[in-house]
Amino acid sequence: MTVRTLLQSVTDAMKTEMELDDRVVIIGEDVGRDGGVFRATEGLHAMFGGERVMDTPLNESGIIGTATGMALYGMRPIAEIQFMDFIYPAFDQIVSELAKISYRSGGTYTAPVVIRTPYGGGIKGGLYHSQSSEVYFAHTSGLKVVTPSTPYDAKGLLIASIRDEDPVVFLEPKRIYRSVKQEVPDGAYTVPIGKARIALEGKDVSVITYGASVHTCLEAAAMVAREGISAEVVDLRTLSPLDIETVLKSVEKTGRAVVANEAPKFCGFGAEIAALIAEKAIDSLRAPILRVSGFDTPFTYTWENVYLPDAERVAGYIRRSMSY
Amino acid sequence: MKESTVMEKKTGMLQIIDNEGNYRRELEPAIPEELLLRMYRTMATVRKFEEISMGLQRQGRIGFYIGAAGQEACSVGSTAVLKKEDWIFPAYREPGALLLRGETVLQLFHQLFGNSLDYNKGRQMPNHFNSREKNVVTPSSPIATQIPHAVGMAMGAKITKKKEIALTFFGDGATSENDFHSGMNFAGVFKAPVIFFCQNNGYAISLPTSRQTASETLAQKASAYGIPSERVDGNDILAVYSAAKKAAERARNGEGPTMIEALTYRLGPHSSSDDPTKYRENREVEEWKKRDPIRRMAGYLRKKGYLDDESDRKLMDDIDKEIRAAAKKAEAVPKPPVESIFENVYSSMTWNLKEQMEETVGRYGPGYTGR
Repeated sequence: MTVRTLLQSVTDAMKTEMELDDRVVIIGEDVGRDGGVFRATEGLHAMFGGERVMDTPLNESGIIGTATGMALYGMRPIAEIQFMDFIYPAFDQIVSELAKISYRSGGTYTAPVVIRTPYGGGIKGGLYHSQSSEVYFAHTSGLKVVTPSTPYDAKGLLIASIRDEDPVVFLEPKRIYRSVKQEVPDGAYTVPIGKARIALEGKDVSVITYGASVHTCLEAAAMVAREGISAEVVDLRTLSPLDIETVLKSVEKTGRAVVANEAPKFCGFGAEIAALIAEKAIDSLRAPILRVSGFDTPFTYTWENVYLPDAERVAGYIRRSMSY
Repeated sequence: MKESTVMEKKTGMLQIIDNEGNYRRELEPAIPEELLLRMYRTMATVRKFEEISMGLQRQGRIGFYIGAAGQEACSVGSTAVLKKEDWIFPAYREPGALLLRGETVLQLFHQLFGNSLDYNKGRQMPNHFNSREKNVVTPSSPIATQIPHAVGMAMGAKITKKKEIALTFFGDGATSENDFHSGMNFAGVFKAPVIFFCQNNGYAISLPTSRQTASETLAQKASAYGIPSERVDGNDILAVYSAAKKAAERARNGEGPTMIEALTYRLGPHSSSDDPTKYRENREVEEWKKRDPIRRMAGYLRKKGYLDDESDRKLMDDIDKEIRAAAKKAEAVPKPPVESIFENVYSSMTWNLKEQMEETVGRYGPGYTGR
């Protein structure tokens, strides 16, 4: 066991898998000698060389396109997109190609690429270094979308993603890259894709969330606990395929649901969770399903702290749910 | 004549056979008679396959067809230089690549009919042929997206010290797409063993090449990426073969990528949905018919003494019979069962897909194939 940050766990996961499996390579901008702009690949170039840790030209479509070619060839590429805000030039390669290769070839070809990308606000990144666009990818059949909120899960889920037969978009909540620390096992272990986690048990209201927002929600739960409200916090960990069972079990127990994330609300991931709860557990509900999220605006620099749901805002939604 | 579509007059191109099949001995590649005849048969098969398939489309028996008539020498001549373990990343005018590698016409028809024996399980429009066994990778409809895949595969082969190389096909229109740039640039930087084969047929649907780019040639785009290139007469199978052979040798010797620009012409419409009279003169089509790649190869084979009237007629009869029989057979094969809609999205079926599958099976019954 070693105490690691979420970021160090990401690095450790890649190092662990690269030692175990020659097919695993890293491809991206500044991932080599620089170790990545967030240092996620620090030390790996020195350890494994430039053929397995490849610095590429500045071209996201090329990164994902060539990673897809390597995966078709039988390798296990991990492609880093420096910020999720820069993933859009590769959108066609991800959505039209990577996600559909297995389906369109009747399963005769597969392309197990892992796309790692830091996402979300809270680092003073403004419009183009803060976005949470997970829903585009969760909406795309053929992709798995994973996002950890703890160092333990980051390592276990990343190793599971590298070993998965399907393409995985692995979203790293960069706001908590260094702020969350935890004892993490050395060596390989996996956390299953498609399984949520109860981050905090409670009985009055279910707060369903993922990524950096998990910590905001835990803070909010502590606030309302002082008022006698027992909130259960569900950390989804995987957005697609979604662990609907854990969500429904929690909501059936509490009768109330608040979905929290920092992406825009309209057509967001919260809408999918709300719709599923309404379809499958309406009889258990004692209050309308509420969504607390970022605003339906582009991200903002100066008022970042207002844009992002903080514990007070989440707590307000919890109280609203309770008072219904 | 409308805007000039072909730039051959401005710059040179490799040509070995003329329209009558006369050939330049000093440039003639050494190709065994058996392979030459197989190449010829493949080209003729592609042409006939198209004629019959267009008929099926007109009768509403298949949904769509996208032809290669006039361009057969490109895919066949270049595929002929590869080893079977080399990888091909096609666009959609290359059934010749598959057939030369031994794929059957019947299998191609399974794809056109989208039946249960189609490798793609009826998920793609006609002409999106692939074969894992023949190392011809699954194509898509968006243009140029296969180019970075070919480069990635070739980078992979280089990293793992394997000898395989990649060949990718695309058209003149594709050179305007982002992924052409992405792929060429990565290939140049990583010295990937890949052949970029551009079939410049003069038009991207309706747009002439002169409106696609202000570059004098498409081949010259390669030099900006540090990649050597060659222009060839794409209707001259010996010229295509020679250029591809040289490119393959460079790739195998660790000298990196090569781009080939083959000047050719699509004799038919862009697809069964296209009306080419809206954007090109019939005179131009007639002019290009004189340069028909199959007729030119036949002329060459006759001069070599490998083909005569009788053997040619017999060959054409055989091909016609084979294709008609295969079409009939494939049309009789049932559709894939409705459950297959939900397969291969993921390596194992997710709960939401299971839910939708159960609802669908509830409506149509298990194993429903439309009958």
